[in-house]
Amino acid sequence: MTDPLTPAPKKNPLVRTPSPTQPPALRSRAALGLTAAAATGRFALQTCAECGAVQYPPRDACSQCLGPDLPWQDISPTGTLLAETTVRTSVNPYFRERMPWRVGSVQLDAGPVVICHVHGDVATRSRVLLKLMLDRAGQGVILALPPERTAHMADDPELRAMSSDPHLRRILLTDSRHPFAPDIAQALLQAGAAAVFAGEPEGWLPNPNRDALGALGVDIMPLDVTDTRSVQSLAGELGGKTDILVNTARHLRPGGALARGGTGVARDEMDVNYLGLMRLAQAFGPAMCSRTADGTNSAVAWVNLLPVHALMNSADFGSYNASQAAALALSQSLRAEFATSGLRVMNLFSGPLEEDWYQPLPPPKVTGKALARAIVSGLQGGLEDVFCGDVAQDLAERLRQNPKVAELELRQEGNA
Amino acid sequence: MSNSLTQLASEIATGAVRVVDLTHTLDPDFPVIILPPEFGQCARFRMEEISAYDHRGPGWKWHNLSLSEHTGTHFDAPSHWISGRDVPKGDVDEIDVETFVGPVVVIDCAQGAAENDDFELTPAIITEWESRHGQIPPDTWVLMRTDWSKRSGAAYLNMREDGPHSPGPTPEAMRFLIDERNIRGFGTETVGTDAGQGAHYMPPYPAHYYLHGAGRFGLQCLRGLDALPPTGAVLLAAPLKIKGGTGSPLRVLALIPGEET
Repeated sequence: MTDPLTPAPKKNPLVRTPSPTQPPALRSRAALGLTAAAATGRFALQTCAECGAVQYPPRDACSQCLGPDLPWQDISPTGTLLAETTVRTSVNPYFRERMPWRVGSVQLDAGPVVICHVHGDVATRSRVLLKLMLDRAGQGVILALPPERTAHMADDPELRAMSSDPHLRRILLTDSRHPFAPDIAQALLQAGAAAVFAGEPEGWLPNPNRDALGALGVDIMPLDVTDTRSVQSLAGELGGKTDILVNTARHLRPGGALARGGTGVARDEMDVNYLGLMRLAQAFGPAMCSRTADGTNSAVAWVNLLPVHALMNSADFGSYNASQAAALALSQSLRAEFATSGLRVMNLFSGPLEEDWYQPLPPPKVTGKALARAIVSGLQGGLEDVFCGDVAQDLAERLRQNPKVAELELRQEGNA
Repeated sequence: MSNSLTQLASEIATGAVRVVDLTHTLDPDFPVIILPPEFGQCARFRMEEISAYDHRGPGWKWHNLSLSEHTGTHFDAPSHWISGRDVPKGDVDEIDVETFVGPVVVIDCAQGAAENDDFELTPAIITEWESRHGQIPPDTWVLMRTDWSKRSGAAYLNMREDGPHSPGPTPEAMRFLIDERNIRGFGTETVGTDAGQGAHYMPPYPAHYYLHGAGRFGLQCLRGLDALPPTGAVLLAAPLKIKGGTGSPLRVLALIPGEET
């Protein structure tokens, strides 16, 4: 039984906030395959193309036949706990602060034995479900979980240290006018968020979500991501209380370069989608990075909502996608800039949404509830990249197979 | 000749002539006109630090500004509207500077606007005003006082499902002011020279349409018109000299008689 987490007590203003520390971060190029799989929530290991052996730990050659071709393949995440122990002392500052820490070895059904972190609810010599998760160094590690859900399972200290769980955390949605803001707020509150705040640009205009958010108990605060002073003002107020930031601000209009005439709309898109992210990062980033070791409601994640066509453009929303491609590139820089703090940047990619601006497009489209679910499950899984909905998952798969072919297909679709 | 200028300077110094500011502060939160979202939009006022006595520039602080020609208290030139696109000297950089200083009259519609968000300035109201203050002289600025500038936030645009609601002139009032009174320009305390529901007149946006078609000027987002006398004040409204500009944010000042000493 996991002890349930209790809400964090009010902060003692005389006690220094602990600085973030990290588990060991260096990995070989081969081992980064584990991290890449963990970042998207897959359980994958090297599988020899020559002899079919599944191998762990990752190496540059097959441990059975010395074959060099070792593609990463999804394998069954099940196995049996062989041995386990609880570490009570360590020279590593990160683990010293988190003792005791349970580790063990697991015989995978797919073959190899892996050394892994072990959830507190796993019984000795029992069946386990393995998850590849990112640790606070942003590296892929394996965590053994009980095969069935247990009470307060997510509150286990090892799982909590790796996830970005919204439970008991305070969350800022940067724009309450996003058509899905009420759905996102509701899902986060149902997942146990301690508080949800939502930014409101241009309070002199009606806000169609104001009543729905108010009914959920969301605090609406002035925030306009195109106004540096506004972003700084709210960061001054809430920067130290924002544990998860979900950037719902966006400026979305259809059309590519030729449909537009001039750069006015493109400038607005860049101002919100790219520079808005930069302003938010400059104002909220340092405060959040300084609070990643601040107890139960530590700062944990930064969520960007991006169109999947930021990865490969499609001309029907060509200018918008281009601005979001810039945001995607900035998010990669932010990952590196936030890395030493352990603050995780989760990019959620989706296809067209079920809302006004995508109204003429055919289904499938992503609903507010589906997007909200994907945010919550992505945070609970501690993911870096989430592909929400059929369009996003399909394009991601095509990009894995052959990016140039994916580009050509999108070009044909645009001309059809 | 220069004697009167010297006297004016001295009367400003003594308070016999007062200088009144009719301008809103350029503020990122100040409303701008809103069009349907598929149209291009008016840029809000924004200010980004270049440096502030720091590593970006140790001894100085300065900002880059971004805004529209039609952000904040601003001047509309004839070329702003399609009816005025072929008017000679229709851009702000071409307008004769003499027109930037001149007489102004103020028609007080504050009570009507307080009772009705869609209050209309009509020819009847203008002629009734003239019966008390005399006929509007030619080449004069006419300002419509509504005290709308005392509103802020959502109450300023007063946006509803069917669009914004704020007072303004009828097409007949604009024709009367231009054809019968030959005014220099027309100014309001609301976000535009037209009423919030001005799109539903014929022609749509009659103040813009008739003023600029006749080569006249507009001023909007003025504030504090309650400080002005109905007649006898002088308006100073010089737009920035923007090449090909259709309008400009500006500092609008009025000279009014001071307290008798």
